[in-house]
Amino acid sequence: MVGPSGSGKSTLLRTIAGLETPIAGRVVRDGVDLRGVPPHRRDLGLMFQDHALFPHRDVLGNVAFGLRMHGRSRRDAEREARATLERVGLAGYEHRTVAQLSGGEQQRVALARALAPAPSLLMLDEPLGALDRHLREQLVADLGRVCRELGQSVLFVTHDHDEAFGLGDRVAVLHRGRVEQVGTPTEVWRRPATAFVAEFLGWNVLDAAVPPLGTPVGQTAGLVAVRPDALEPCADGPLEARVAGRTFRRDHWSVRVHLDGSERSAELVARGATPPAIGDRLRLRVDPDGVVALPPP
Amino acid sequence: MTRLARTAMIAVPLAFLAVFFLYPVATIIGRGLWPDGTLDLDPIVDVVGDASQREVVWFTLWQAALSTVLTLAVGLPAAYAFSRFWFPGVGLVRSLVVVPFVLPTLVVSSAFLALGMEPSLGAILVAHVFFNYAVVVRTVGGLWAHLDPHQEEAARMLGASRVRAFTAITLPALRPAIFAAAAIVFLFTFTSFGVVLVLGGPTRSTLETEIYRQTAQLLDLETAAALSIVQLLAVIALLVVTERLAGRRGVALSLRAARDVGRRPRTLGERLFVAANLLVALVLLGGPLAVLVARSFDTASGVGLAHYRALGELRASSALFVPPDQAIVNSLLYALAAMALAVVIGGLAAFAIVRTRRAGAVDTALTLPLGVSAVTVGFGFLIALDEPPLDLRTSWILVPIAQALVAIPFVVRLTTPVLRSIDPSLREAAATLGASPRRVWREIDLPIGARAIAVAGGFAFAIALGEFGATVFLARPDRPTLPVVIYRLLGQPGAAPFGAAMAASVILLVLAAVSIAVVERARVADTGVF
Amino acid sequence: MLTSVLQRLVRNAVALVLATCLAGVGLAITTPTAHAAPTVGGDRDVTLRLVTHDSFSVSKKVLREFTKRTGIDVEVLPAGDAGATLNQVILTKDDPIGDVLFGVDNTFLSRALREDIFLPAEVANLAHVPPEFRLDPENRAIPIDHGAVCVNYDKEWFAEHDRPVPETLDDLLEVGDLLVVENPATSSPGLAFLLATIAHFGDGWRDAWARLRDAGVEVVNGWEEAFNGSFTAGEGNGDKPLVVSYASSPPVAVHFADPPPDESPIGTALGTCFDQIEFAGVLRGTEHPREARKLVNFMLSKRFQEDVPLQMFVFPVRSDAKLPPVFERFAEIPPAPFTLPPDEIDRNREQWIDEWTDTVLR
Repeated sequence: MVGPSGSGKSTLLRTIAGLETPIAGRVVRDGVDLRGVPPHRRDLGLMFQDHALFPHRDVLGNVAFGLRMHGRSRRDAEREARATLERVGLAGYEHRTVAQLSGGEQQRVALARALAPAPSLLMLDEPLGALDRHLREQLVADLGRVCRELGQSVLFVTHDHDEAFGLGDRVAVLHRGRVEQVGTPTEVWRRPATAFVAEFLGWNVLDAAVPPLGTPVGQTAGLVAVRPDALEPCADGPLEARVAGRTFRRDHWSVRVHLDGSERSAELVARGATPPAIGDRLRLRVDPDGVVALPPP
Repeated sequence: MTRLARTAMIAVPLAFLAVFFLYPVATIIGRGLWPDGTLDLDPIVDVVGDASQREVVWFTLWQAALSTVLTLAVGLPAAYAFSRFWFPGVGLVRSLVVVPFVLPTLVVSSAFLALGMEPSLGAILVAHVFFNYAVVVRTVGGLWAHLDPHQEEAARMLGASRVRAFTAITLPALRPAIFAAAAIVFLFTFTSFGVVLVLGGPTRSTLETEIYRQTAQLLDLETAAALSIVQLLAVIALLVVTERLAGRRGVALSLRAARDVGRRPRTLGERLFVAANLLVALVLLGGPLAVLVARSFDTASGVGLAHYRALGELRASSALFVPPDQAIVNSLLYALAAMALAVVIGGLAAFAIVRTRRAGAVDTALTLPLGVSAVTVGFGFLIALDEPPLDLRTSWILVPIAQALVAIPFVVRLTTPVLRSIDPSLREAAATLGASPRRVWREIDLPIGARAIAVAGGFAFAIALGEFGATVFLARPDRPTLPVVIYRLLGQPGAAPFGAAMAASVILLVLAAVSIAVVERARVADTGVF
Repeated sequence: MLTSVLQRLVRNAVALVLATCLAGVGLAITTPTAHAAPTVGGDRDVTLRLVTHDSFSVSKKVLREFTKRTGIDVEVLPAGDAGATLNQVILTKDDPIGDVLFGVDNTFLSRALREDIFLPAEVANLAHVPPEFRLDPENRAIPIDHGAVCVNYDKEWFAEHDRPVPETLDDLLEVGDLLVVENPATSSPGLAFLLATIAHFGDGWRDAWARLRDAGVEVVNGWEEAFNGSFTAGEGNGDKPLVVSYASSPPVAVHFADPPPDESPIGTALGTCFDQIEFAGVLRGTEHPREARKLVNFMLSKRFQEDVPLQMFVFPVRSDAKLPPVFERFAEIPPAPFTLPPDEIDRNREQWIDEWTDTVLR
């Protein structure tokens, strides 16, 4: 589940977990309405944003906690906890205290703790927010691997769409408390369903009234989404624009242009060593494959 | 946590308070105001109308206020020096400053007098600062150690001078702790007995010494009752006012772990500041105690252990002789019993307070024993607890009960902040992992709270060790504690008993220091008031 | 920061402490008192409770003898200072906390008798007590010991300075600047000394005190502060060579000095003394009146009476009791100490104290 800050992701997770009571609507799992079922009986795992590890227990104690709550004996719980720790790459960390762990290690422990009781659904609430990029990428990869190995269903919430699209089997985009689009990553990525989703994914939302933009999808009014790399500088292209700004992005330049005939600006990709300068006039071509019709708002 | 369990949690401490404090105090005050079965408020009128009594009340008030201001003046810089700076031994310093607080005031004041101090207002004030220094240093310092320095730095980057940043940012954040400390110091100096009696001399008396005189000496229960009521009202007012002022946390605190905040003093100015505070602590606290220690080794034949040996030999023929090891054991056993009581009652109260909305009232009620004269409580025991199943009048158990009454407020004050600071997401995490609400309480609140309670228990132990007031006014089987032994020795003429009294005082000092040190090592996080 | 090892340690320590607690509680309940003696042939198995003040003392041996002779155990309950003790007994007279009370002196005698806390106890050994001590014709309060509150002086100081050693209360008025007295409101010797001045100066006592005040007499709250704090021959750094103390202070000073000197460093101004008699009695409402009377009788036995000086630093009332050598040598017994009738003391005490306070302290 992906969406900007304040879109309601955490609230949704907490409602599913039973930590918040919905004013309207139901939470249904396998056809069973969970209304009235307290959190500790829902068999759902939740990994918190601030991981919420128990400071008065060591790593093993934390990971074994859920197993103990589900009735395992101490010995069994510790055995399974050890196994889970190994899975997340923390074998040998059993008796460290929480205060002795680094940020990445704490996240792994929190993950192990949520995984260990093998809940019917594991929910992760922006688990990687506080980590640097390198660590984050590593953990995302590990997360995906472990969960797939265990066959664990996961509901992963994030504001970072690289994570969401890289990890998810299905992606939902959340906006102001509503799900705007659900689908496989490819579906959602290639065909954003609403203006918000398109903008969120980094597409340009432009007027269909400008002929080169609207024609590929048969619209003359309203909005269309145009992928940044679908706008190509071309000596005799049908679209005219003026360069307003540019940003270096290592293997390409991201160039911002004002389109003639429209008040909107667009971002396009410029490869090559010398990008257009600010103030230059460009002619652009539109790749029809990169244009998607948007419904009226 | 079921409703029933929560009610039981609040009921037990309140019941203890009601039976062993409210009931005895009400009985003895009742004797004074209902002498023949009819309510007679004349004593109150008399007391209020009597100019000399009004003077006593006035003196009590302003000497307490002055003592509080002085203690804050000396203690606040020290709180800063010992909480924001790190230097080798800072932990030890923080622990040792607590020792004077737990020492018995009557006994130590008598020792100071014998060692050369003259009774005067100045002596009272200095003694008050001596005994209460730790309250300010530990309460305010405890919070200061966790304040994020970035806030003040941000203010300075925005153009505020050092002083301005302090008054605008840090001071408001410290306000709850400063008020809490000031309230405790005021409470103690308002009800100060030993210091005023011994170091105030005959011309100065406070409500507390007056109540003692009326109750124990003159058996004028009517006047004593009136004075007790005046004192009670003043104390209640004080507690309610500070509860309001300190509870209003207008500033959202940004707290960091103490080890992130403390740093070595860098500039010359900082080093001088820390050194100056160390010097003050050394002279103010260490000086009198050092003199005590020195006198204990000062024998007729030079430096030696004669006085310590004398403890075991002096008056050994007497039927009331108690060998020093027996006195030590008595002290330890009573303190252990008091600690157990204080931990159970105070712990239950702390858990209950954290979970109820009427928290302030319960906390105030449990703090009341600190504001009522020990003589009133003691005599109240005598006439209230005289029928089965509570015929405890001459039972040894009254001693730990009286000690526990004094220690419970501290257990509560030390435990509730830790309980309050338990991150609610910990409870939620436990719930999502399958813990029922009762299990959550057992697995999260209880272990974390229990540790805080253990620390508080150690402190209660030290307080009980040094408790003197109640234990000396009660007729009880002769198992004297160390403070009582010292008191008796000081009351005998001659070089030998005096030297023995010094030796016993040093033993008490060492016991107190050791128990404080043990408590400190066991501390996990030094959040919390005190 | 705690490692899990230290955590376990703390947990164990707490458990240990709680266990010790319970053990201690059990121990405290079952430990016999300091001087419980085995009863020999005790058929009654009675334990008497002796309520007394903190200055009470008796030899273990002597008490054991009583138990051996009578089979009665004695449990001592100290209850604070003399005034506090008496008041506790009065407060609980409907349901007494003990069987025998020791420690009412003549300044409190009338109050004790008025509150009717004693049972009459015409014990046999009273025959050996001179009539000047038997202040209660109904023998409810039985005299046990007496002492004199006198002004003591530092011999060495007076030898070195050119000031006259006072012998009488009149002399004292000349050397008021050298004197430290105790507050009669809070101190028993202080009150006794005030009574001495009232007995001697009569209505002029206030003027006498005014003179002392003008001369710079020092007032402290208690005997310890006066003797050890202000007296030059005490243990502290005092500056007053005259102190209101006891006629027994000189022998006691010798007794506790190391090494014992040939002469006591402290002298007694024999014309400044007030006689304090200390009484004991059987408490009304006791369940063991017969045994209690036996204990009171024992307190007047030669054995007990001869034990009194070195235990409580006062003199026995029994006329044929021998004094210990150090008392024989160094105690100066005042030939004519001042006294006042107990009910006069009782009637006027508060007013006298108030007037004294007004004259001297304000």
